[in-house]
Amino acid sequence: MTEITDLGVAALRDGVRAGTFSAREVADAFIVKVSKAKALNAFIVETPEHALAAAAAADEALARGEALKPLAGVPIGMKDLFATKGVQTTAASHMLEGFKPVYESTVSQKLWDAGAGMLGKLNLDQFAMGSSNETSYFGNVISPWRRGGGDNAPLAPGGSSGGSSAAISARLVPGATGTDTGGSIRQPAAFTGISGIKPTYGRCSRWGVVAFASSLDQAGPMARDVKDCAILLENMVGFDPKDSTSLNLPVPKWEELLSGDLKGKKIGIPKEYRLDGTPEEILKLWDQGIAWVKDAGAEVVEVSLPHTKYALPTYYIIAPAEASSNLARYDGVRYGLRELADGQNLQEMYAATRAAGFGPEVQRRILIGTYVLSAGFYDAYFTQASKVRTLIAQDFENAFTLCDLLLTPTAPSAAFALGEKSADPLAMYLNDVFTVPASLAGLPAMSVPAGLDSAGLPLGLQIIGKPLDEQGVLGAGLAIEQRAGFTARPEQWW
Amino acid sequence: MSVDTATVKKVASLARIAISDADAERLAPELNNILGWIEQLGEVDTSSVEPMTAVIPNKLRLREDVVTEGNQRDAVLQNAPQGEHGFFTVPKVVE
Repeated sequence: MTEITDLGVAALRDGVRAGTFSAREVADAFIVKVSKAKALNAFIVETPEHALAAAAAADEALARGEALKPLAGVPIGMKDLFATKGVQTTAASHMLEGFKPVYESTVSQKLWDAGAGMLGKLNLDQFAMGSSNETSYFGNVISPWRRGGGDNAPLAPGGSSGGSSAAISARLVPGATGTDTGGSIRQPAAFTGISGIKPTYGRCSRWGVVAFASSLDQAGPMARDVKDCAILLENMVGFDPKDSTSLNLPVPKWEELLSGDLKGKKIGIPKEYRLDGTPEEILKLWDQGIAWVKDAGAEVVEVSLPHTKYALPTYYIIAPAEASSNLARYDGVRYGLRELADGQNLQEMYAATRAAGFGPEVQRRILIGTYVLSAGFYDAYFTQASKVRTLIAQDFENAFTLCDLLLTPTAPSAAFALGEKSADPLAMYLNDVFTVPASLAGLPAMSVPAGLDSAGLPLGLQIIGKPLDEQGVLGAGLAIEQRAGFTARPEQWW
Repeated sequence: MSVDTATVKKVASLARIAISDADAERLAPELNNILGWIEQLGEVDTSSVEPMTAVIPNKLRLREDVVTEGNQRDAVLQNAPQGEHGFFTVPKVVE
């Protein structure tokens, strides 16, 4: 018999509605899994009481014969970047250790309003800055995956949503929230053999999400398959007057309209993504993906995104610049950490607080951001990057006159070992080479698991869509999912 | 443009992050490495390009100039490291 925790969002929702199992049984099963998985360090805080309360509400509604809410009976994980009322919200930083918001983020509130319960707050890279989950103040998240052949080196679950990806692939949660600034949903999804979608910029409210780079930050769901992502996404998006860049659009019926039939679709293959040094296995998987979308009825065309090579350096100006401004709020006055030695003045308190509260990668990015925004350098760095960003977005606009969607690898490699890249910030940044361009252009993009490399580790393919075409992205993701038949899962060692 | 330790200290001071001399020594080559890499953007001809200001065209909304969520002093102060008499408190700034 299938274990309850092997079921995804749709199966749990439907099973509770049908009375196959109670919401309480679902919550209990996942709570046990979470409590036994400390070795993964995926959670910063566990909140079984929240999951149980939501389950009780679902079971009571069912007993009263009421219609169930869209996510009734489904417990999820919440990335610890979303403010949750009364529950510690840290962004994986010492700065916010112990911070209990007095309000709820819009996205998490929507999920609770839809009946979902929270199993806990998931670990991440500190302030979402990182690609391996090695910058968390609360320790590394360990991927549940291991290389084959008795190699037990702990692997990165990707980042920054590494707690989310690890928890989903280890079956500790059926789905979770992530946030994506330059690939933080898609790259961890690829590393752990799960799905994740970053919607169009503005679909999900940023209100109550700890800010990193406001012109790039977007929340999105992560889950084990495409349909589950569609279901969660429907319950996360929507207009929010509290976010000035929130899009005032109706919520689409992504689940209902989900179709893997790609007849009449043109899928572009950006030739600039064939980078020198990309492993043969990644290129082979990409070719396989091309064959799959053709099999699903799509026409495949080559397209050009000529400014691709400038996307990463552009990102590493714009994101740190915005971060240095956003993180100015951590001053030791209004909330969070305060470091104040006897006799120190206000300026010294600020500097001591920020030195103690921010980890090395966060400090590094604040310094780069401060530098590129400083007098004399602003035009050469920030203005130039903002202009190149326009060119990168125009590349996509031009490509989308020739095709409906783009297909690329998600990451240039499978998961690497913890420590393998952490000594060299640049090597770590290069991991985002395929995900950053769509972020700079605000486009919807998703990663779906597509195969395993020779060491038995998952690899993902990325689909990028036109603005607001999450439906097309999800459809192509489903077409690949149906053909990839990805059923691999990490063997339990934790 | 090469970043030396004096520049690192100046930038850290602008960013209000206390760093030691050893930190500055360590950070200078790191930042140089990253800045050297991002300087390749200079080779892109952007003479006829406008800087991006909004990634998805979206007109900023106006709303009535009224209080929406007022009278929450205690909630606002609840997470303050130090507060007294309904105020945030900081080290003395005026002699």
